[in-house]
Amino acid sequence: MVMALAWNILGGYAGYVNFGSAAFFGLGAYSAIVVLQLFDATLFTQIIVAGCFSGLVGFGTGYLTLRLRGVYFAIATLALLVVSETLIVNWDYVGGAAGAYVLPKRNPDILGVLVVGKSGALFGNYKELLFFLMCTIALITIVICRFIENSKFGRGLAALRDNEEAAESMGVPTLKLKLIATSLSASIMGITGGTFPYYMTFIDPISAFNLDISVNALAMPLIGGTGSWLGPVLGALVLGSLQQVVTVTISSSINLLVVGLFLVAFVIFAPGGFLGLIQKYWKRGG
Amino acid sequence: MLKIQNLTKNFGGFTALDDINLEVEPGERLGLIGPNGSGKTTLINCVSGSIQDYDGEVYFNQDNLNSLVAHKRTRKGISRSFQIPKPFNSMTVKQNLLIPLEFAVESKNLGSGSIEDEADNIIEELGLGDKSDQLTLGLTQIEMRKLELARAMAVKPQLLISDEAMAGLSSSEVDDILAILISLNEKSKITIIMIEHIMRAVMGFSERVVCLDAGKIIANAAPSEVIKNPAVEKAYLGE
Repeated sequence: MVMALAWNILGGYAGYVNFGSAAFFGLGAYSAIVVLQLFDATLFTQIIVAGCFSGLVGFGTGYLTLRLRGVYFAIATLALLVVSETLIVNWDYVGGAAGAYVLPKRNPDILGVLVVGKSGALFGNYKELLFFLMCTIALITIVICRFIENSKFGRGLAALRDNEEAAESMGVPTLKLKLIATSLSASIMGITGGTFPYYMTFIDPISAFNLDISVNALAMPLIGGTGSWLGPVLGALVLGSLQQVVTVTISSSINLLVVGLFLVAFVIFAPGGFLGLIQKYWKRGG
Repeated sequence: MLKIQNLTKNFGGFTALDDINLEVEPGERLGLIGPNGSGKTTLINCVSGSIQDYDGEVYFNQDNLNSLVAHKRTRKGISRSFQIPKPFNSMTVKQNLLIPLEFAVESKNLGSGSIEDEADNIIEELGLGDKSDQLTLGLTQIEMRKLELARAMAVKPQLLISDEAMAGLSSSEVDDILAILISLNEKSKITIIMIEHIMRAVMGFSERVVCLDAGKIIANAAPSEVIKNPAVEKAYLGE
């Protein structure tokens, strides 16, 4: 859900399709590994560093590629994914192609308060802590997206999505807004990636930079509707649940097929996604 | 107010503008004419900042604009409408106007009212009052042209460049747009450059007319003189 919301900041609000979401996610995950290796950092530090690093990469990528429009920008982000994965595969310090195991710290505390432990701690185990963290990140991301939609920044993004040349000539600083959107989107994706090593306890380039992550991040908003924060949330709930059902009842390898079929069906029959369909029937009913 | 010096723009091997020199005085109504492909839109793209990789200099109120991107030129007071209307289709007519009012106009220039009031005033002025809350997709051609002008006005410009704002309109609709432009010039003292193919409109409106042909200025004089100029006749009708 968080990846879908983050994708929607640039893809939905500004109209720039990003195929490289997995790059920002993976770079977030691996920057968490780096600070863990270097400083034996806590989970919270890892997440913050992951967000900052992916945000910086997002800014750099945006600065170099946001002058490209349409399909050229999408291809550039896909290239970033390939380049990032190749770099990590060849970097032994973070495990290289073989990957790395992550052993969660025992009895971590914040300001003397035990966070994870068998008794007297805030959470019984790391899974509970991570679930709480992920829910918090999702809620904060929803708040950020709602804020963007109702802000001057959001209106500027909507204008440049509709017509960039006209927006620029109406005084909208299009490059600046796109850079902020890319950095923010990448940063949230990095934060999500920052939780990944502790969640999996093992990380390798294939899973961290998996194209499935990019496809899901893109498909969920497109299926839910890109105009509002509710679209990615709906898309994530429907698609995520369906994928789990398919994994359990049929096969995990059919996951992506389901995503593909849904995506094609929605692009052809309901380009506005679930939100578009709901609005259409609402108007008819009214 | 606007000074263009030795402006040249090449697209690959094609020279769209060839050493253009032009000055526009404050409050002037300038007509810019020329056959298709003569470089009129390229010239205003260079002035408004849509095109930046040109040779030569563009000054506005003595400031060199060469290093400024389009939105910064807009904030300095240069506004333009587009030959093919480019509305923000996901927004209503009023929201289309709120964008320039919010991004291009400093609050001190808005007066006592809010930007919402300002948008309403412009919408009423252009006769789009009943379309205020309508999405732009449902607008007619004349309404679309008026919206283009409304957005250009919302920027609170010192110089407004109108790029074929009357293309495809009926005679009475042309008169409507002309009246709006003349009122803007006379009441608000906005300098206007009008690019137009409708000779009745451009000759009636302009105090001075510049004719471009193949990227060069071939005439720069009062409308009555330009229309008799043999070079202009040749550019439009051939030998």
